[in-house]
Amino acid sequence: MTGEQIIFLVVAFFTLFSALRVVTTGNLVHAALWLIATLFGVAVVFALLDAGFLAVVQVVVYIGAIAILFIFAVMLTRKDMRDQGPQLNKTWWFGALLAVGTFSGLYFLLQGWNGLSKTAADFPSGFDAVGELGTALTSPAAYVLPFEVASVLLVAALVGAVYVAFNRK
Amino acid sequence: MDFWNDPLKVAADWLLGILTGWGMPEIAAQIVIGFLGVLILLSLLMVLDIFLVWIERKVVSRFQSRIGPNRVGPFGLIQPFADIIKLLIKEDITPTGADKVVYNLAPLLSMMSVLILWAVVPLAPTMLGVDLNVGALYIIAAGAIGTLSIIMAGWSSNNKYSLIGAFREVAVLLSFEIPMLTVMLIPTIFAGSMGIAAITNAQTIWFVFLSPLAALIFLIAAIAELGRSPFDMGEAESELVAGYNIEYSGMKFGMFYAGELLHAFTFGGFLAILFFGGYRFFGLEQVSPFLAIVVILFKAMIGYWIIMWIKYTLLRIRIDHMLAFNWKFLTPLAFVLLMVTAFLNALLADAPGWFYISSMFLSNVVLAWIALELARSTSRKEREKVEGAKKVAEAHH
Repeated sequence: MTGEQIIFLVVAFFTLFSALRVVTTGNLVHAALWLIATLFGVAVVFALLDAGFLAVVQVVVYIGAIAILFIFAVMLTRKDMRDQGPQLNKTWWFGALLAVGTFSGLYFLLQGWNGLSKTAADFPSGFDAVGELGTALTSPAAYVLPFEVASVLLVAALVGAVYVAFNRK
Repeated sequence: MDFWNDPLKVAADWLLGILTGWGMPEIAAQIVIGFLGVLILLSLLMVLDIFLVWIERKVVSRFQSRIGPNRVGPFGLIQPFADIIKLLIKEDITPTGADKVVYNLAPLLSMMSVLILWAVVPLAPTMLGVDLNVGALYIIAAGAIGTLSIIMAGWSSNNKYSLIGAFREVAVLLSFEIPMLTVMLIPTIFAGSMGIAAITNAQTIWFVFLSPLAALIFLIAAIAELGRSPFDMGEAESELVAGYNIEYSGMKFGMFYAGELLHAFTFGGFLAILFFGGYRFFGLEQVSPFLAIVVILFKAMIGYWIIMWIKYTLLRIRIDHMLAFNWKFLTPLAFVLLMVTAFLNALLADAPGWFYISSMFLSNVVLAWIALELARSTSRKEREKVEGAKKVAEAHH
């Protein structure tokens, strides 16, 4: 077992454990903090896969903005921040069924895929991953359309939020 | 390879020779050397941090016409050590109802968010932790962990003042992150890379001459990011007692305090690296890496001094003014500046150097002038509105 595999196993265990704690802990702020731990674990996995840009963006966007806003939302909408609600509602069996179905479906799909046992080729020396990503996101031959559509969607969401919150005098 | 030209590599090779000579496998020896390097850098930073306490206190007292610490040791230099001993022997209080794990984790994360920044700081051409190709984003990511530590401290203390302080501070941090990240892209455009080392290497002419406005916006956003006056809304000692760290005592408070000082010094360093050439100073960095370290520490100190100068000169701004200033002035200005810079950079790609530099500089001046004129006319309208309302109110009396 190489060092990288050991790190991966530790990080994967940590990520799954914190993901489990997100849904099992009763305290909402704790759940948000465990979610941050999960997202951090995912960022480490990205870093292990040589995707440094994704790892850093994961921390900036998910931990720095989204998770913090989650905590804000929890704190601003609950009367008591130590609130210990029930963990399950009436349709828990449906959620469990869906989870098992998704997992077994993925399992059967990946049975026929031989990518799991392959090792990825190393980057050629002097390969500028961030530059390549930037070119791909802005070149018409690659992903400029999805990128722009996502941007338009975000702008629409932003305008909608401003419209809802705008206080007409 | 001689020690005076590349001391880190020589030292690492020497240690590797010794460790493998003891029968340690090479990979294990590499890991041990890596950890040793981190340990040495962090220890030096913490020692520097101790003296930053002394520097901060001396400088603030000079700004306020006082003498400052001068009793313990020459020029009061031993004072910070006395302070540390005091902090260590103080009673460590955890408030009732505090969330113990989160409460104890917050000061650690706060300090960590500052220390990990130094992983990407190039101290000399051959001395840097990692040459990340996303260095500029990494700085913001480390800041995100700092933001997290503040909200954790504010919430877990179980105190309304600390929670309000944390809310305000986090609102400011999240807002000012946006212009900061935007202006960090301007050195990226000039250098053609987000790596901190590449940005330093590209500054044959300091980027502050290409884009003085970006340097100014970075300084303002950095001060807000540090939570220092005039943006010290999280502390606001006159209304919130001390903000998010009110319940912390002893060394845990010391961690927040030392973290803030080191953070200010670090951002002085980043101002130097992104806009003032980093370790470059008329070829001095080529003479010896040790001179390069002296140059970058000196520039970082100047940046730190400017931040202190602003802190101890200006009054605190009200929170709504602060956020309005960010969202309605700084953020649009940063966006427009980024677009203009990117456009000019593409347009003048083949232009001679002097023309490129002067048109970049002029575009900045013009943009700053337009922004100030717009701000002036808006504030005049606001003032007239307020005064008109006052007159109406007086007429009713």
